[in-house]
Amino acid sequence: MPLLKNDAFVNDAWVSLADDAEVPENGSIIVSLARLERDWDQLVSFTGLLGVRLTNTDKVEALESYISQITLVVLPFPAFADGRSYSIARGLRLDGYRGELRAEGNVLPDQLQYMRQVGFDSFAVSDRFPLQVWQSAGKQMSLAYQRGLFRAANEAEVWSARHRGFEPWEEQPHAG
Amino acid sequence: MSTIEKGQVMTANRLGDGLVVFLNRAGNWSEKIDEATLALEPQAAAALEALAAQDVKANYVTGTYLFDAERVDGRIKASHIRERIRTLGPTIRVDLGKQAEGKAGAFAAEEA
Amino acid sequence: MYRYDEFDAKFVNERTAQFRDQANRRLKGELTEDEFRPLRLMNGLYLQLHAYMLRVAIPYGTLSGAQMRQLAYIAEKWDKGYGHFTTRQNIQYNWIKLEDAADILQALADVEMHAIQTSGNCIRNVTTDHWAGAAVDELADPRPVGELIRQWSSLHPEFSYLPRKFKFAITGAPHDRAAVKVHDIGLRLHKNAAGDLGWEVLVGGGQGRTPLVAVTVREFLPQNELVAYLEAIMRVYNLYGRRDNKYKARIKILVHELGAEKFRAEVEAEYAKHPAQQTQVEEAELARIAKYFALPSFEKLSRFAPHFEDAKLSTPEFARWARNNLAAHQVDGYTIVNISLKPEGGIPGDASAEQMRVMARLAERYSHNELRVSHAQNIVLPHVRLEDAFEVWKALKEADLATANYGLAGDIIACPGLDYCSLATARSIPVAQAISRKFADLDKQQDYGPLKINISGCINACGHHHVGHIGILGLDKKGEEYYQITLGGSSSEHASIGTILGPGFAADEVPDAIETILNTYVKLRHSGEDFLSAYRRVGPKPFKEALYAAA
Ligand code: SF4
Repeated sequence: MPLLKNDAFVNDAWVSLADDAEVPENGSIIVSLARLERDWDQLVSFTGLLGVRLTNTDKVEALESYISQITLVVLPFPAFADGRSYSIARGLRLDGYRGELRAEGNVLPDQLQYMRQVGFDSFAVSDRFPLQVWQSAGKQMSLAYQRGLFRAANEAEVWSARHRGFEPWEEQPHAG
Repeated sequence: MSTIEKGQVMTANRLGDGLVVFLNRAGNWSEKIDEATLALEPQAAAALEALAAQDVKANYVTGTYLFDAERVDGRIKASHIRERIRTLGPTIRVDLGKQAEGKAGAFAAEEA
Repeated sequence: MYRYDEFDAKFVNERTAQFRDQANRRLKGELTEDEFRPLRLMNGLYLQLHAYMLRVAIPYGTLSGAQMRQLAYIAEKWDKGYGHFTTRQNIQYNWIKLEDAADILQALADVEMHAIQTSGNCIRNVTTDHWAGAAVDELADPRPVGELIRQWSSLHPEFSYLPRKFKFAITGAPHDRAAVKVHDIGLRLHKNAAGDLGWEVLVGGGQGRTPLVAVTVREFLPQNELVAYLEAIMRVYNLYGRRDNKYKARIKILVHELGAEKFRAEVEAEYAKHPAQQTQVEEAELARIAKYFALPSFEKLSRFAPHFEDAKLSTPEFARWARNNLAAHQVDGYTIVNISLKPEGGIPGDASAEQMRVMARLAERYSHNELRVSHAQNIVLPHVRLEDAFEVWKALKEADLATANYGLAGDIIACPGLDYCSLATARSIPVAQAISRKFADLDKQQDYGPLKINISGCINACGHHHVGHIGILGLDKKGEEYYQITLGGSSSEHASIGTILGPGFAADEVPDAIETILNTYVKLRHSGEDFLSAYRRVGPKPFKEALYAAA
């Protein structure tokens, strides 16, 4: 399954760890929230990179005490019409999470831009669509009315653009 | 004495223009129900389903399904009012749709 | 009226190009129907009984003469010469080709219109008072907030895949003509003790399978907090609304299952989480939008309009229409003209391209270039000089648009039903036609007084039958259409859900049943008591007896 990041397919260095699998010496591992809670004492001193995979019924607050150690959060789209992860992502970003935020599951080109705007920056996608479909579908709208979104270089927020001067969101990192 | 045969007709909407079409056993879709194949047995219905599935795949039609119909004196009529309206057009605008274009089959004037 | 600036124009143009690409990919087979369906729905394109149907947004029901003309043009060029105005203040075309859809969207974009989010599990077209900006009882025009919400909700990345569709209604007047209590979110403008204007936020009203009246989540929300607060409500709904059963997926079920208290607490907790959101931009934006809705420059006119009075004396038919279809305007010498799209035996809400052009021309000449679509499927000319009313009436009459039944028994609200709609269980339009023929006598209608008859062709309740004074729901019993009657519904500020009277009726029995109900009302009413008040006083019993005793 290709991983889409910054408009390119890249190698995925992350390994998903089953709940009963042994924690390796190092590397980049993704654990479940249950595992994170259960083995936190052990995981807190893990020397590699730590990621967590949430379900879309998990609450953002559940990550609160771990988030500073986490560099990847994976959120699921069990069906592309199931939009819960958009709000979980937005919640994480509004809470200040700056690490990688990955969408996986039913991720389609026509939803890519929305996902990026709420803060996703990597996408585990199917190989059904060639790269250039992803690249163009993710860029078709250069404007959004909502504020506080993650914007690509070609995107502008209409209201902020209309009312320059008070833009509390300027400092947000721009996702690629 | 009129003869009545009961069976099923395969229908769909054509992808490009959305119009209601019916399938015959040769795999051709027609806007006229009179040109449809009435499947009298399960095997015949299954054959229509297989043909229809191909055309869904080929992106020619969408929303395929079988509906109950009967043949009375050689002409096909849908059993349920919903499908009769699909074969005719809106009952409150008889100037529109298949009924106005000579594509409605035998039961146009009679009732919905 | 609102006008697009360069941003709005670019936005709808890009959206159109995006849809063109998506439609082409579908036609070429690069997208499956399952993948494409939500994309086309979010651009207003349904697959209905006979063909594709395109639902065009008419935000808060307001449009200009040029926009109405373009709707007529679209009807002729790409459809069959007519359109259907809906209970959500939109217009639908019934015979659209997928191959043409992008061209139509472009034609809409050319006149600052679109079909964005007129379907799909997202925030739909915002509806409001069709007399906004003209009604005498209004505190403020609700349309600037309608436009603010239109923009904020357009392609909202977080709220485009909600558990289910989501409908807003807004009223700026105490007399609620926008049915805010039966919407997912209703906003009602009012003044607090300090005399400031703010919004009562009502959540969880709705019709469909489980009709419910909304609960108040915030009694008084300052205007500048509106967008941030709505985000909090939407986030709670998006996260916790049910997705396991589409009949339980609307926000009303969430509110109902959690209870109003708990739901309110969830929203307030979510809202409190992000207090840092500054609202100056929203405030500035609302102020910018509000300028577009400044009242037109009305002339200083006398309250007495001699030409108008003369015409009433000389032309009784006009007098009747004027008495019934005109409503009081904020400004002396002006009136609100309500054009009934319910001619005797007609199709409720349908208008031909020719009729659209007539209305467009009248708006341009006599109503400061403004028209409204009402949720009762009528058209309004909001700002007409009383002295022009006779001219307007003559032109309307020529176009078969001068039926004097606004708000009466003949002014029936009906969804398309089984004649067009693929979800329908029964037809609605023929029933509406039969009732309107039965009560064709306008004297009789006048005698029955204000009455709302609503007909839906299935439990989805697009004809708002739950809130009709008399509601009619078409169902299917073993392949036969039959109709269930409810009484006592209302979508006003005193909203209520109608009560089912008893066993249903065959289509041809419905007009007689309605007559029995109305005759029962006439017998028991107090002097000056309208149907709904009488029903509320006596309850369903006498009506039940009259309807079912004979059987
Ligand atoms: S109420 Fe039912 S039949 Fe009528 S338009 Fe809605 S879905 Fe269709």
